[in-house]
Amino acid sequence: MELAGTALPLRAQQLMPTQDLRPLIRGVAGETPPRPGRVHIGLPQLAENGNSVPLELNVDSPMTEAEHVRSLHVFAERNPRPLIASVHLGPHAGRARITTRIRLAGSQRVVAIAVLSDGSAWSDEAEVIVTSAACLDEMSL
Amino acid sequence: MSDTATPGRLHVPPTAKRGEVIEIRLLLQHPMENGFRRDTLGRSVPRNIIHRLAARYDGREILRAELGTGMAANPYFAFFTRATASGEVLIEWEDELGQKGSLKAPIEVA
Repeated sequence: MELAGTALPLRAQQLMPTQDLRPLIRGVAGETPPRPGRVHIGLPQLAENGNSVPLELNVDSPMTEAEHVRSLHVFAERNPRPLIASVHLGPHAGRARITTRIRLAGSQRVVAIAVLSDGSAWSDEAEVIVTSAACLDEMSL
Repeated sequence: MSDTATPGRLHVPPTAKRGEVIEIRLLLQHPMENGFRRDTLGRSVPRNIIHRLAARYDGREILRAELGTGMAANPYFAFFTRATASGEVLIEWEDELGQKGSLKAPIEVA
């Protein structure tokens, strides 16, 4: 990560490139692009601190042996490393809902992908405005 | 709470009805160093995050996660499982320096 080695001024951080998530999404969901639906991403519209942003992922699934969520993936297109987490679930999860906290290096679009037991992939996305970014901002402290 | 290299807290309802969906909450104390930070002397702080986490209950895996640098420090998770039998919920994790930790909590299923 070439950006990691140098302390960038605030202005440069605002220019953090938006990365193309498509190859990363193909890596988790396969060749067929995920369809919007089934999965719901819950994020605040405005986060004051990018170091800890509450995230909820919720999938409409009965979570049975026959029909369940296999995995959930979260990507942030302007984070230095866009893949935030991959969570593998199964029928024993009971309910396909996860709550956690993530870091966001600035205002951006966050994408969630759910892969179901039938192999289908679904997506949802949210735009978050971050007033104080994570990651790179900390360097100038 | 064996070999807890990283302290943390695990909340599991102490009792549940069979078949009930229960919430499990986990809070770990870990800096989740993302490798992009510098200390006061300008030296780069090496990356070290909890990159693997797994939850088991009644001998079966509930959840397994691969975490990246985009996870907040002191990672928090809330997730669910179906109460099937009295037993133990076991959480295990490992960071990139190889430090492992685990937490467990009993559940009584009636």
